[in-house]
Amino acid sequence: MADEHTPSVDPKLLEILVCPVTKCSLRYDHEAQELISEQGKLAYPIRDGIPIMLPDEARSLD
Amino acid sequence: MFRLFVRQKHLHSETMVDSISIFDRKRLIRHRRRAAATFSNHDFLFQETAVRLRERLKDIDRDFHTSLELGARYPVLENQASITIDIDPTLGKGKKSFASMDEEFLAFTPATLDLIMSNLCLHWTNDLPGALLQIRKTLRPDGLFLAAMLGGETLKELRSSLTQAELEIAGGAAPRVSPFADIRDAGALLQRAGFALPVTDIDTINVTYENAFVLMKDLRGMGETNALTCTPSSVPARALFPKAASLYHQRYANSEGRVPATFQILYLHGWGPDPSQQKALKPGSAQNLLADALNSFEMSSGEKAKPGTKS
Repeated sequence: MADEHTPSVDPKLLEILVCPVTKCSLRYDHEAQELISEQGKLAYPIRDGIPIMLPDEARSLD
Repeated sequence: MFRLFVRQKHLHSETMVDSISIFDRKRLIRHRRRAAATFSNHDFLFQETAVRLRERLKDIDRDFHTSLELGARYPVLENQASITIDIDPTLGKGKKSFASMDEEFLAFTPATLDLIMSNLCLHWTNDLPGALLQIRKTLRPDGLFLAAMLGGETLKELRSSLTQAELEIAGGAAPRVSPFADIRDAGALLQRAGFALPVTDIDTINVTYENAFVLMKDLRGMGETNALTCTPSSVPARALFPKAASLYHQRYANSEGRVPATFQILYLHGWGPDPSQQKALKPGSAQNLLADALNSFEMSSGEKAKPGTKS
């Protein structure tokens, strides 16, 4: 998935993002380009360097 | 207005996807995308409010380090360091710090931002009190929230012409223009969301159009046409709009034959509470007499009433 052409997310932004549903912290999966909310059991995609923090668009981890 | 709306929703509940959503946010995105290519021909309102918001920000003599802008269609902050969010991810192209997010589900660590701004997008939120509460929680103590949103008088002429036209054609009417918050609601909501020193004020922008069709074309160009969840299709637009346009003309046209449209802009200011901010003292806690400050004598206002006695 991720290679050297993948646009990077602004680290300052990444630092303060939380899960919009649980407001808990997120784990950045660089390889899958996803932000994982362990508590919310959701994975938010990062597309072209843009974190998509919409619960509707997140992948369920159940 | 709001209450009426909810009641109508229950009547149509079998066709509703979500019984508490007033706005169809996906439809809103479709409208905005359709408008995107020619938005710059129709963005006069956004330009105007952006200028006024920048002036207000300049009046507040302070450096804000971490700032956030809600809505990317017509940003107010030109500063590259600020973060922008928008429900539509396609607006993030070429922006350094952008996330696709719903204003109703903010995804920021509490107390991390110094400044949150928004130019004409909060009037599309289904849960404005909830959005304001999340904004306040995201602000650092003594951080500033400054926004412009459309207020209750907006498009009042169009609203009443559409309602009247639909009543005449179908014998009933459904809302086709968004319900907007009024100034008192906005002030109360800021207070309820826990903002310190909340201030709201109004600007009214009057625009005239050749006719109501040109106004509606302009609204479509802004991507601001109806995104209500419960607009019924009992009266087709091709029957309704000509009727509404003629009523609009009859009722409101000026001496030159042009029709006016009102846009009411609400400006919302509020601060994240902080002990350093000024507060009213407790009643009775004064250390000096007002009379001394005025170089005067304090005089009693007369004898006190004695309860239980009749004269």
